[in-house]
Amino acid sequence: MKVLRLFVMLMCSSTVLYAQDYLLNELSKQDSAQTVPVTATFKSTRVVNGQSVETMKKKHLDFRISHRFGKLNSGAYQFFGLDQATMRLGFEYGLTDDLMIGVGRSTSQKVYDFFGKYKLLKQSTGARNIPVSVTLFGGTGVATVDKERDFQDKLYYTAQVLVARKFGERLSLQLSPTYLYRTMPDVTGDEKVLFAVGIGGRFKLSKRVSLNGEYFYTAREKNTVTAPYHDSMSFGVDIETGGHVFQLHFTNSLGMIEKQFIGETTGSWGKGDIHYGFNISRTFSFDKKNKKQPN
Amino acid sequence: MKPHFYRVACLAMFSTALLSGTAFAQMFATSGGNTQFSASTPLENIEAENKKSQVILNTANNEIAIRMNMRDFSFPNKLMQEHFNENYIESVKYPTATFSGKVDKAPDYTKDGDYDVSATGKFTVHGVTKERTIKGKMKIAGGKITISSDFEVALVDHNIEVPKVVFVKIAQIIKVKAQYALAPYKK
Repeated sequence: MKVLRLFVMLMCSSTVLYAQDYLLNELSKQDSAQTVPVTATFKSTRVVNGQSVETMKKKHLDFRISHRFGKLNSGAYQFFGLDQATMRLGFEYGLTDDLMIGVGRSTSQKVYDFFGKYKLLKQSTGARNIPVSVTLFGGTGVATVDKERDFQDKLYYTAQVLVARKFGERLSLQLSPTYLYRTMPDVTGDEKVLFAVGIGGRFKLSKRVSLNGEYFYTAREKNTVTAPYHDSMSFGVDIETGGHVFQLHFTNSLGMIEKQFIGETTGSWGKGDIHYGFNISRTFSFDKKNKKQPN
Repeated sequence: MKPHFYRVACLAMFSTALLSGTAFAQMFATSGGNTQFSASTPLENIEAENKKSQVILNTANNEIAIRMNMRDFSFPNKLMQEHFNENYIESVKYPTATFSGKVDKAPDYTKDGDYDVSATGKFTVHGVTKERTIKGKMKIAGGKITISSDFEVALVDHNIEVPKVVFVKIAQIIKVKAQYALAPYKK
């Protein structure tokens, strides 16, 4: 009898417990069909030099200052490269949450670059399961350093398909097939067309610090007379502090635009032709809602 | 003794079944509730709004449940929104904020009017549950119930870490404003 009494008591108490969470369950049942987007695959629109799948959000401006110093192996006289600096200034803006445009000016070769980036596919879980994010990148630029050249011959074009996946909170990996076209390559005899594949990734050390690395494999013979170039390889640290992202890195590339770091990297890691560099990215929101926020 | 106990037990079980049956007709709910919070400091406006908060109220036994997805909080500054989800609230690990409890002194739901109310129950944010009594107002008019409340949440209470090195300072006490217009619930 005691057993039965216990059973009845248990039944009663379980209905009480059930009732308490019943309403919450009712709410979560209605909500279960949601698609959850996977966000922040990378902290910034660049992995190191190369573009990441991230774009600026609508009405947000990214002001980027990037520096690359001279070679570490240039010795104490050149203060290990810090005596020389080359930079790029960039203004990059989100037209919509998926489409951004950018303009930049590099000291190296006096290049004005223009680009657009569009998020074609966004990784998500839940009701709609999409395993990867895909972003399209298209860019062009004018290298104004050689005044003698025709305008047409100063131009170059870049197209990339960026495919990335965020594997959990810490690890993100990206593949970046690249097509590069130079109307007039800098070294006579160099091919106008260059294909390359970039592989990059980041590993989060903490909530605000991540280790980044990338490598671009170019489909050509390395270090020849007509193409005295190496593949670009870079490692860096991203540090995020509120509205800023600081990217500090070591790379064998001096240039900060695709044409230069994928196509014209003269440094070799093996010889110690390593450049210290950093990107500072500051984001401003021009969303109107920002101003009329009540306190 | 024994038959008496049985009778009581059966009656109890039967009546709970009956109650939950009739209670169903007295449910009020919304899935478009508005929850706002402010973590602003004199230097920086940090505000966000969730327009998809879910609320359900059972007027038969005064039980109330509130649930919202942290991802549905929209910030004017999307970088803040990313940091909110990634660094502060960790919405992948802790996707929702919930409250489940009871309205303490329930008003007469059949009479139109404005009532000062409070609800006591489990308040969960960032995976940490606190027993809380939250004050608010209830307006009953034309077969609808509107609940509004202003309350505060301390970051330390819910293990939400603020790093020492951030340029953007955020308030330690978050001010929350909620407004929920409930209509009769249809499943």
